[in-house]
Amino acid sequence: MIPELGNFALVLGLTLALVLAVFPMIGSLNNTPGWVALARPAAWGQFFFVAVAFACLVYAFLADDFSVLYVSRNGNTQLPTLYKVSAVWGAHEGSLLLWALILSSWTVAVSLFARDLPAIVMARVLSVMGMISIGFVSFLLFTSNPFDRRFPVPAEGGDLNPLLQDFGLAVHPPMLYMGYVGLSVAFSFAIAALIGGKLDAAWARWSRPWTTVAWVFLTIGITLGSWWAYYELGWGGWWFWDPVENASFMPWLAGTALIHSLAVTEKRGAFKRWTVLLSLLAFSLSLLGTFLVRSGVLTSVHSFAADPERGLFILVFLCIVIGGSLALYAWRAPDVSGGGRFDMVSRETLLLGNNLLLIVITAFILLGTLAPLVYDALGWGKISVGFPWFTTMLIIFAPFMILLMGMAPLARWKHQDAGELLRQLRIAFLVSVGAGLVAALPLLHEGWSLWVGEAVMLSVWLAATLSIGLRQRLRNRKGLAGIWRDLRLKGSGSYYGMVMAHFGIAIFVIGVTVVTLFDVEKDLRMSPGETVELAGHAFLFEGVAAHRGPNYRSDLGTVRVYKGEREVAVLKPEKRTYLVQTKPMTEAGIDAGFTRDIYVSLGEALGGGDWSLRLYYKPLVRWIWLGGIFIALGGLLAASDKRYRMAVRRRASALARGGLAAEGRS
Amino acid sequence: MHPKRKKRLYLIALMVAGVGIGIGLALNAFNDNLMFFYSPSEVVAGEAPSGHPIRVGGLVTNGSVKRQENGLTVLFDVTDNAETVTVEYTGILPDLFREGQGIVARGRLDTDGVFVAEEVLAKHDENYMPPEVADALQTAHQEGVEAAAQGSATQ
Repeated sequence: MIPELGNFALVLGLTLALVLAVFPMIGSLNNTPGWVALARPAAWGQFFFVAVAFACLVYAFLADDFSVLYVSRNGNTQLPTLYKVSAVWGAHEGSLLLWALILSSWTVAVSLFARDLPAIVMARVLSVMGMISIGFVSFLLFTSNPFDRRFPVPAEGGDLNPLLQDFGLAVHPPMLYMGYVGLSVAFSFAIAALIGGKLDAAWARWSRPWTTVAWVFLTIGITLGSWWAYYELGWGGWWFWDPVENASFMPWLAGTALIHSLAVTEKRGAFKRWTVLLSLLAFSLSLLGTFLVRSGVLTSVHSFAADPERGLFILVFLCIVIGGSLALYAWRAPDVSGGGRFDMVSRETLLLGNNLLLIVITAFILLGTLAPLVYDALGWGKISVGFPWFTTMLIIFAPFMILLMGMAPLARWKHQDAGELLRQLRIAFLVSVGAGLVAALPLLHEGWSLWVGEAVMLSVWLAATLSIGLRQRLRNRKGLAGIWRDLRLKGSGSYYGMVMAHFGIAIFVIGVTVVTLFDVEKDLRMSPGETVELAGHAFLFEGVAAHRGPNYRSDLGTVRVYKGEREVAVLKPEKRTYLVQTKPMTEAGIDAGFTRDIYVSLGEALGGGDWSLRLYYKPLVRWIWLGGIFIALGGLLAASDKRYRMAVRRRASALARGGLAAEGRS
Repeated sequence: MHPKRKKRLYLIALMVAGVGIGIGLALNAFNDNLMFFYSPSEVVAGEAPSGHPIRVGGLVTNGSVKRQENGLTVLFDVTDNAETVTVEYTGILPDLFREGQGIVARGRLDTDGVFVAEEVLAKHDENYMPPEVADALQTAHQEGVEAAAQGSATQ
């Protein structure tokens, strides 16, 4: 009964998405206020029904209703409650339902929190989101319905993939989807602006906080995914350039370019067309990511199903969205007036340079991700693009990006005197080069000292330029109290958010460089009682004992780690075998620390109590995720900027009057 | 030309040149990092280059896994049911590595025709078959059928 209710709710959701996509849009074009007013109720109704459908699926998992095919494949009576809930998005159908739910939530959020938008713009934005929703909900209903029944009903479910029975993975997909789908708001704002032909500072101001919030979620999602891969996959890597990781990284890069370009459009009225194009690009890359993951065309740990029908559906949908939006762009963009002029040396130029670099990197990752598909399709052989290539590419482009990142916040809009900028940067330059040399010189006998020096230099460069900017800003505003007043009264959240996020990049760069160059790894065979030295620590292997968990059995090892005489940590690496899906799973034993992680994972039993073990010493690995947290917090701070709300309120009420009148004339 | 225009032109030229050089470097590195996949039949037929990083995949032959007495070196055979290649790997095998399972190994072919792997991948899904391996099995099977058909025709 409940699954039928869910199915029915989903059909109603689709119907309302159709209403939302058609009527408000037409109403906004031929000026029918009654149809325009439909947008809000239709968005809320859609959200209600999709939420009911989602709740029905959650209920089916909690109640172990194995007559539902999807539940019988991914649920189990023995699953802990948390994982029964997260099992809802543990495979293809449910994760798409989560997509649809999050999309309709964003739609409702726009209708609630962007109340100051002129009614016509609001109707168009919601309507475009309704169109996207049609695509996803019909995809669910026609190719991957989570409520399909099965008969006969099995007594027990197939269980959630053990890899996913983990807190990190319970929250990673929702965060990532919040980011992916959140970019649809920026997309819809851009489409609505193109239709209205009004690309102005007000549009950028409306779009900015939404884009930033979506980007924050994407940042959190990617950071969580990286952290999960590190502790769960059992071999200590934190990024694999796996196609699916790339699929989340590309919209992030495009989103990063977008939030910077939006800033220029809002403040200076420049880059309008470029900003629109980036809005379209960022969401298109999100859709492409979904396509790559869900259609199973690329081999990856994440791909769920290789079903040609589904792949075709998403491909067609992708073509409609990308093709349609680009066609609209080609049609309307030439009418957009050029924005504010700027000189060669100005903040605009520096931001443009970084935008360019971000897009070049995105293009290369796209190339590396799609190349295997292209080669296969053209019969050139089956290839994979090696890990080192992606890294090389970043090493080529990232330093220039960071160089510009340091300069841009110090430069003036419109026109900057080059000499003055150089004078300001002189100290930062000297300090960072000095720090780079100090870091590199003691390691000169090693081949990679250059890289350490470079990374330290870049990070110090960022930190130094940020400090110079802060000092200038606070010269007349007494210290920390000044920051607080700035935030509360002046709405400079976006400035301090930028400082925080850029500082996060500095932390990240240091973390990545140090852990990549200095981590120590050893795979070895150990007998109980044996001690091994690694990176100044002694690892005493005490053997492995049988252990029993709630829904798994395991071999639980004990490794004591000593530094000198002192015991630093007792690690319990584990080899689990889940009772239902009998695949073995490695749970690493990790002693986490600010300056280093000690990481031990069990390989396999080699007979006689001996085991193969993998020991790692990973200096500063936590800084990678710490950087991610700083970046996300910076984004939140920027999005919470009071300026958006105060200014939007003032402007919007003026625009609502003028805007409607203008629309009526056209 | 207006001096300001000229300046802007220089700037654009500089940007294009810089990005162009970067793109050139990256594309050059791209070609060096392409790793082709070879099936055991192709390796045995000598189509795979030795000493260059490639990937080889197939099913792990039953009973072929031999472990060194006092270390972590493992030898095993992968097959596409037509030909077999021996793989040597030192380290910890993935959780899902089993005899009969489809795997993909990344590494280099040495001069004796042994594939020295740096990494062995087994998919985190026991019913999963790497698509390259599935294709290799399919091709080898077809060639076998055709060869048999030809054999019976000539008799």
